Amino acid sequence: MTSERSDHMLGDTGATVLRDNAEVAEALGRSYSAGFVTEIESTGLPPGLSEETVRQISAIKREPEWMTEWRLKAFRHWLTMPQPDWAKLKMAPQDYQAISYYSAPKVAPKSLDEVDPALLETYEKLGVPLHERAALAGVAVDAVFDSVSVGTTFRKQLADAGVLFCSMSEAIREYPELVQKYLGSVVPPGDNFFAALNSAVFSDGSFVFIPKGVRCPMELSTYFRINAQNTGQFERTLIVAEEGAHVSYLEGCTAPRRDENQLHAAVVELVALEKAQIKYSTVQNWYPGDENGVGGVYNLVTKRGDCRGADSKISWTQVETGSAITWKYPSVILRGDRSVGEFHSVALTHHFQQADTGTKMIHIGRDTKSKIVSKGISAGRSNNSYRGLVKVEKGAEGARNYTQCDSLLIGKRCGAHTFPYMEVKNPSAIVEHEATTSKISDDQLFYCRSRGIGEEDAVSMIVDGFCKQVFRELPMEFAVEAKKLLEVSLEGAVG
Amino acid sequence: MLKIENLHARVEGKEILKGLSLTVNPGEVHAIMGPNGAGKSTLGNVLSGRDGYEVTAGSVTYNGVDLLALEPEARAAAGVFLAFQYPVEIPGVNNTYFLRTAFNAQRKARGETELDSMQFLKLVREKLKVMQISDELMHRAVNEGFSGGEKKRNEIFQMAVLEPKLAILDETDSGLDIDALKQVSEGVNALRSPERSFLVVTHYQRLLDYIVPDFVHVLADGRIVESGDKTLAHKLEEHGYAWLAQHGEPAGAQA
Repeated sequence: MTSERSDHMLGDTGATVLRDNAEVAEALGRSYSAGFVTEIESTGLPPGLSEETVRQISAIKREPEWMTEWRLKAFRHWLTMPQPDWAKLKMAPQDYQAISYYSAPKVAPKSLDEVDPALLETYEKLGVPLHERAALAGVAVDAVFDSVSVGTTFRKQLADAGVLFCSMSEAIREYPELVQKYLGSVVPPGDNFFAALNSAVFSDGSFVFIPKGVRCPMELSTYFRINAQNTGQFERTLIVAEEGAHVSYLEGCTAPRRDENQLHAAVVELVALEKAQIKYSTVQNWYPGDENGVGGVYNLVTKRGDCRGADSKISWTQVETGSAITWKYPSVILRGDRSVGEFHSVALTHHFQQADTGTKMIHIGRDTKSKIVSKGISAGRSNNSYRGLVKVEKGAEGARNYTQCDSLLIGKRCGAHTFPYMEVKNPSAIVEHEATTSKISDDQLFYCRSRGIGEEDAVSMIVDGFCKQVFRELPMEFAVEAKKLLEVSLEGAVG
Repeated sequence: MLKIENLHARVEGKEILKGLSLTVNPGEVHAIMGPNGAGKSTLGNVLSGRDGYEVTAGSVTYNGVDLLALEPEARAAAGVFLAFQYPVEIPGVNNTYFLRTAFNAQRKARGETELDSMQFLKLVREKLKVMQISDELMHRAVNEGFSGGEKKRNEIFQMAVLEPKLAILDETDSGLDIDALKQVSEGVNALRSPERSFLVVTHYQRLLDYIVPDFVHVLADGRIVESGDKTLAHKLEEHGYAWLAQHGEPAGAQA
């Protein structure tokens, strides 16, 4: 759920105006830079997908010719691909011609009074401070002013360290040689159906570049850029850590933004060169649909990291509580010798949510190591599947994998499934898989209640205990909020 | 303090308790003995409010209130404690954290101030000394990987911290070797006081050598068929439960 970046903070103009209403732009003392912008602001692109749509998106973003061609190539490839159906998901067929691939900005609420009370109530429960609530709800003016200052100070500090952190659109214009070198090098445009679609029509995303030997001085987060009122459907994120560089990236914010977009197909690529380390943490809480399974986001995401250099390390930590459908397998290609890949995941489904998520660890280099800890929690009538591949190539002498896969069921109508795949082509490899399925039993609940702990508190305590191993991997504030998020998501799960 | 009158209870449609009556005064220790299937554990579960136990007739009055009308957590806050025969494991939940949550939930329900983690830790340390429990147990997850003896001692330790007014020990002796049995009994004895009552449910007499009861009741087929002092336990040990069938009211009599 990479949030669409806000161009305001980064001082961009062109794309900014497209996404924000005139009031905000005026408030910021900006002018519309081009005539066509105004027109598009009011209409957006009409639904439909063709080469023309792809060209229009590229034009709106003022992209160079090579980028337009890149997109078109992806689009042509996409046309030849069938939508995958191997996941354990029930998904209504998508009409890709019915989607608008560049939507006009939604009208932002002018004050908190206009925001959906249910949304505010959730913020209240999560303990999000009032001014942040306004920002998260997309209340335009305050949010923008707030973030402009935050964004600027923050950006200066990063620039001093030599870190590049900007929107993908900006990166394409400002750092074309870096983008050309790395974009699509981990997830090629034709990798899979949704990645190809993303490559053709992606609207924006984040670009991070940490030069050789630099440890990023702060955790990078999309949180700072949350004020974009209109989160994109197709984001593209690229993070490159050069030799010896370290970075920790937090994706998404922990307050539940309600995005009614039906389809969300993002691509995230990570590249770690020699001795580089990338830690990527996600808390995903897109709109899951209501308790009857109506609405909700289809979250179909391709995330992959490439440990390109020796002794590099990439770790994914994710807490997934949102979306009607989650189709997501953050993976690591362990190319460099002694490189390390990690995947820590908590996926919670409730009501009619469906999640098919897991990881792929591809061992290519010698003495590469991977560790997978997956915790699935199913409640209501939801279905939660872990799907993981551990592949050890011929040359991966001494490769080592440990997989632990635990499922927790709450109630009688939900399901948990585990699909572990292993392909081991090197006899010296050690691959271990442990799986457990348990229920929050009536016994556990009664035990807690007989000690004076109410039912809902008991459930969240038990769930929190179940997830502890993963929460430990999250940065502190994130862990606290992830815990609260689970509590909110589980409300009414028992009883 | 506790008055059970003509209690009838069903589990899965089957009547288990068939007119049980019992009165417990403050400070008294009552032992409930009986053969398997007599309804001993059902009694503990009904008193602490477990789901699936349907009371079809009779009443339970606890300190003047209708105990059966309260949710399990409200009964706990009112001072009812059940030491489980099979304490459950709660993986990943720290034992101390669990106990503090329970402790504070009860205090909150009673309108008392909650203790912060430092104050609570101090309390735990004091109680640990009394119970002779190593504090290593407190750093582990609730009952996870505990031996049978450790689980039972942990139950008694929880009781020491929560300080209930009515403690129900459900076959606390089951699965314990003699050393563990002694330790657990010492823990219980340390908690005996003029304000605290105990209902000690057991199959065997040997526990009562260590926790000496004021009264012994024999539960058979859902009713108390015999009551007496601690010597009754010895008689039972000697003659077995079959002896009751001839001696006392016939088991399975019309409720």
